[in-house]
Amino acid sequence: MTAATLARKRPPAFPASWTSRLAWSGLALYAVYASSLMELTWPRFLKGLENGAKFLDRMFPPNFEADKLELIRDGMLESLQIAVLATFFGVLLSLPMGLAAARNLAPPWLSWGARGLIAVLRSFHPVIVSILFVKAVGFGALAGILALIVSTVGFVSKLFAEVVEEMNPKQVEAVRATGAGFLNVLAMAVFPQVMARFVGLAVYQFDSNLRNSTMVGIVGGGGIGAPLFTAYQRFDYDVVLTILLVIIALILLCELVSGRIRRVFQ
Amino acid sequence: MTAAPASVRRWTRFTPAERVARSMLYVVAAAAVVWSLKAVEIIPEFLYDAPEQTADLFKRMWPFDWGFYPKGVHDVLIETFHIATLGTILAILLAVPLSFLAARNFTRNPLLNFVAQFVFVSSRSVNSLIWALLFVAIFGPGALAGVLSIAFRSIGFVGKLFGEALEEAQRGPIEALTAVGAPRITILGKGYWPQVEPAFWSVALLRWDINIRESAVLGLVGAGGIGVALDAALNNLYWDQVGLILAVIFAVVIATEIVTSAIRSRIL
Amino acid sequence: MTAAAGRAVLSIRNLRKEYRAGQPVLKDISLEIDGSGLTAIIGPSGTGKSTLIRCINRLVDPTAGEILFEGGDLARLSGGALRQARRRIGMVFQEYNLVERLSVIENVLSGRLGYLAPWRAFLRRFPDEDVARAFDLIEAVGLEESFATRRADALSGGQRQRVGIARALMQAPALILADEPTSSLDPKTSVEIMELLSEMSARRSIPTLVNIHNVGLARRYAGRIIGMTGGAVVYDGPPAGLSDADLKTIYGGEDFL
Repeated sequence: MTAATLARKRPPAFPASWTSRLAWSGLALYAVYASSLMELTWPRFLKGLENGAKFLDRMFPPNFEADKLELIRDGMLESLQIAVLATFFGVLLSLPMGLAAARNLAPPWLSWGARGLIAVLRSFHPVIVSILFVKAVGFGALAGILALIVSTVGFVSKLFAEVVEEMNPKQVEAVRATGAGFLNVLAMAVFPQVMARFVGLAVYQFDSNLRNSTMVGIVGGGGIGAPLFTAYQRFDYDVVLTILLVIIALILLCELVSGRIRRVFQ
Repeated sequence: MTAAPASVRRWTRFTPAERVARSMLYVVAAAAVVWSLKAVEIIPEFLYDAPEQTADLFKRMWPFDWGFYPKGVHDVLIETFHIATLGTILAILLAVPLSFLAARNFTRNPLLNFVAQFVFVSSRSVNSLIWALLFVAIFGPGALAGVLSIAFRSIGFVGKLFGEALEEAQRGPIEALTAVGAPRITILGKGYWPQVEPAFWSVALLRWDINIRESAVLGLVGAGGIGVALDAALNNLYWDQVGLILAVIFAVVIATEIVTSAIRSRIL
Repeated sequence: MTAAAGRAVLSIRNLRKEYRAGQPVLKDISLEIDGSGLTAIIGPSGTGKSTLIRCINRLVDPTAGEILFEGGDLARLSGGALRQARRRIGMVFQEYNLVERLSVIENVLSGRLGYLAPWRAFLRRFPDEDVARAFDLIEAVGLEESFATRRADALSGGQRQRVGIARALMQAPALILADEPTSSLDPKTSVEIMELLSEMSARRSIPTLVNIHNVGLARRYAGRIIGMTGGAVVYDGPPAGLSDADLKTIYGGEDFL
């Protein structure tokens, strides 16, 4: 048999998948169509560059006046407090919630109920949730805290439930076989397997809450968001830049610290 | 049975050093919570009538102003979808090349690795609403600013996760292709891509899911989408319109979740 | 009830298990396990040996039949009563099933969880006498004291199985079930583990029921052999009486002999 007939008989080593080609070209077509809706014309782009230059020009140098710094410090501290409290209470609630949503631990009625609740909590952006809480409990940090508790429970308990569902059932079965009750099985078979990752989730969520706590102020939920938005609307772009720098510095600092914390709980 | 030991042996879960590290963390955490509780301003009068206000909120929302949907919601809803999807596509186009630069097994140049990582971190530390503020200032209000802010916020997310997937790629197939002298583009396409394709799709879908939620609020700062309608309704105190818009967002988010999990189970 | 049945630690009567209706994995098994020694269950894979063992402590729920143990019918217990019965039955698993992220001593102390208040379990406040006994058992199964604080995932297979046995002994059980305790181990370690199981069974007079694939080990260490095939008992007697013909009935064919 010649090499040519051999090659004909064998299927290609890397067969082309028509469905995936179709999907890719569909995606490309969509991208072209949707971009055309964006009204991005050449003049607009040039105008944008010009605006951007003006914008940057007004941003620099950042504004470090004493009264502005004081305002920023108060706002930042409030954002930090919002993040701390939302993480604390949110994580506290997520522990039972996540266990209730885990299908390998909780009876079906409970896990489906918990999953439904989590889906509802997760469906709205924290900023939208804070709009509702601002209406319910008034302007200020409390609305922001409550909004971020909602998103914390939504995120942490969903992922925690997944962690619990991925745990090794044999280890749990062995402890159950000793006659241990449910709580003792939790303490010595479930938690040892999942706690490190739960702490990881909680710490990650603190970072995420800190980012969002700088935003809820835009709709009246307290924190640095309000001064930021005000400065923006007044075209005080130098103050905007200062606030952004402080936010980014704080977030990077917190990421550094949280990395260390996660290692302690390995 | 072994002979009973002279002294009763005791056991503690942690070594003294571990105990100190842990208790220090607990103390710091407790102190942070107490400090926050004390410092945060909560106005009790506002709390007392919270149930009343909440009831009032729902009373004003229901019944929804259904008539508003064709007039003021449908078009911005479609726009929201475009912002999220186009923003995700743009983010992927920008992030994938960068994640190859960030992956230490593909790019053996610490400087390039660092540059890519730096882009990712900057992208992630800035909230999409802040990116939206910047782009609205540059390109004016509208969907374009929304797309760009979604894209810039997502670069870091997609790039970081996809870069990690690249770094976890098995060396075997790649070394095999290198050994037969395959060009770099072939190594990329036949060595890396098949290994990281599931991760790629899962990251892309996850981010798209998140971006649908995020694009719904960009309108609050003028970056287009359903948030514009929400902002207008809020400012005018048309709560029945607010209720309708929230219900629509909820429906879209649930639908997105169903779609992404269906795609995920199909292709992964 | 005969006098012999009265002495039995465990009597199984007409035990039946169907995972799918109409397809019994266990076909009306009746067995008596009396107060001493090691009993080995042999038989081909998929013949219901594991299911039988797991029915006894109700990790699997039987479809019909009785499992009489310490004055109660295990097949009908649930909730707190089932947990109390389980406290009295130690179990050793094929893959050890230690909680990997816990230390050796925590795994051994897990054997006392049926008696421990939850807050103590969460805070790891085990009574001093339990801790002392756990140390004794760690040494009794052939590990050094220094192993106590090592994490279970840092141990070799044989060491893990020793910890598994210590955990079962920690329960001070009236019966030990071992579900293929040597199948994940190399031949030499398998011998050591069987040696340990039979020694503990004899010295502490805890009847032990072992599921095992290795006929040689079964003959060597068991005082009684139960041969199962197709969900039914086809041989029940001393190792000496187990003939090639019996093995042929149990495993089918003779090529392996």
